[in-house]
Amino acid sequence: MTEASVGRKAAGREGMAYLESIPRNVVTVYIPLAIIVFVLLFPFYWMGITTLKTNEELYAYRGLKALWVYEPTFENIRHLLFETDYPRWVWNTMFVTVTATFLSLFCAVCAAYGIERLRYKGARTIGMLIFLAYLVPPSILFIPLSIMVFKLGIFDSNWALILTYPTILIPFCTWLLMGYFRSIPYELEECALIDGATRLQILTKIILPLSVPGLISAGIFAFTLSWNEFIYALTFISSAEKKTVPVGAVTELITFDVYNWGGLMAGALLGSLPVAILYSFFVEHYVSSMTGAVKE
Amino acid sequence: MATTTEAEQVTPVGEDSSWYERLKHNRNWLGFLFMVPAAAILLVFLAYPLGLGVWLGFTDVKVGRPGQFVGFDNYAWLLEDDVFWLSVFNTFLYTVVASIFKFAIGLWLAVLLNRHMPFKSFLRAIVLLPFIVPTVLSALAFWWIYDSQDSVISWTLIEMGLIERPIDFLGDPNNARASVIVANIWRGIPFVAITLLAGLQTISPSLYEAATIDGANEWQRFWRITLPLLTPIIAVVMTFSVLFTFTDFQLIWVMTRGGPINATHLMATLSYQRAIIGGSLGEGAAIATAMIPFLLAAILFSYFGLQRRKWQQGGVDD
Repeated sequence: MTEASVGRKAAGREGMAYLESIPRNVVTVYIPLAIIVFVLLFPFYWMGITTLKTNEELYAYRGLKALWVYEPTFENIRHLLFETDYPRWVWNTMFVTVTATFLSLFCAVCAAYGIERLRYKGARTIGMLIFLAYLVPPSILFIPLSIMVFKLGIFDSNWALILTYPTILIPFCTWLLMGYFRSIPYELEECALIDGATRLQILTKIILPLSVPGLISAGIFAFTLSWNEFIYALTFISSAEKKTVPVGAVTELITFDVYNWGGLMAGALLGSLPVAILYSFFVEHYVSSMTGAVKE
Repeated sequence: MATTTEAEQVTPVGEDSSWYERLKHNRNWLGFLFMVPAAAILLVFLAYPLGLGVWLGFTDVKVGRPGQFVGFDNYAWLLEDDVFWLSVFNTFLYTVVASIFKFAIGLWLAVLLNRHMPFKSFLRAIVLLPFIVPTVLSALAFWWIYDSQDSVISWTLIEMGLIERPIDFLGDPNNARASVIVANIWRGIPFVAITLLAGLQTISPSLYEAATIDGANEWQRFWRITLPLLTPIIAVVMTFSVLFTFTDFQLIWVMTRGGPINATHLMATLSYQRAIIGGSLGEGAAIATAMIPFLLAAILFSYFGLQRRKWQQGGVDD
């Protein structure tokens, strides 16, 4: 598009874009944009490049030369996958994340349908309370929750996380799905009611199929939130083989005598990959869920 | 919440039908049923611990030892605790500075991304990466970037001849504060930028065209059109941003653990330090409870932000 539109009135440039010249755009748009994007992406690049370096190379070059890897090695990744608990942590995180996400989606679908469609007495108030619940941060809940988790006998088990993560996920998913359900015409539901369908049938046969994009959005966002969760997992899990990826990487991969930067960065990189891959497939859903929650 | 007593007032079905039939068609009763799963989890694992946390703040409970009610002892103790006040100061500094930068750079990035340009959707997708990648893991990358001996920033600056010795990013109190704030800004920009971009896209281009015909320059268009129309969404986005920055734990815990000499302790990290590491659950809960008034203030701010939005869109305030 840039080359085609060198001429000020060239076809293909929309709106008022013809008022701007290319050289001016380079200074006011592309250079700032390039700097911001560089800063936003550099930590990931550095993560990746460090992962591929041998320990000798890591300390051999220190200036600009360090920005490239000359003798790439997969030793750090091999060590991580075969000589540490890392695969266990990935499995734990996956199990906890998927279970918590589906549990939250189930609860959120029911709650959102109730609030938005059944409109029982006080539904608005409950909707507002659920929004407020989204604003309660884990950092003020982890102390009382740790006592509860201990008393319930689920301390240091996956269940401690599966039952507590939904407190973060349900408010968000409910709020998001309420918006989706609102956009489905009432008439569809009324027809079904006249035809003798029960509320449960309406929910599963009409509302849910129509709100698949919303369910995916909520599911993806919930998955990412619980994959990234840290403070509950740090507090409620103590044994090494039961940890999640974020907690395991911080507590078990850091060896304070000799910093094993290659191994640590390999852990960070591999731990980021699942959410990054999932995100790359559902960018639009993800963005709509993020902006949807704010726009409501 | 709907109860059966309320439900009995609305019974559309004839008297001869069974109680089951009646319940099946009663909105309030059905609504109650649909709310049960979510309400059960939220009441047990959110509302109850919230209350329990406030109560714990008034007790001297320790790990493995039930506590007793001690009134305001924890708070009296905290009022005279310099470290607590330092953490309050740090929390405010962290929140205010990071939020200002997140807002300014985020808005700038949103405006830049709102133009027509090649690879726009690809750019938008990669800009969000810092937000979706686990914070803890990117904090590890920052920890390495901020290494006292082998920081890539230090070495690049040395090579350019700007400094002579590596910068001690996380060892010096003020450097450490600046470093963690920069990392937090880095993580927060995408959220602000992408949500504001969504807001920008709802502004009609014809407004800009009309303003341009009237002779408004780019700055005037930004100040007189973009900013006023974006204000409601800015209020909401920034409230979220402030709330999550204020209660941040992960970045600090990974990079500094509150050090050096408590210079980067936030209220959340101090609360973890005292309650879980130190074992004084009561004192930690008191610190956590002390955050609530600030959070409430931010939520009220958000509430009035939302109200104003309805009014601006021509809706009715309720």
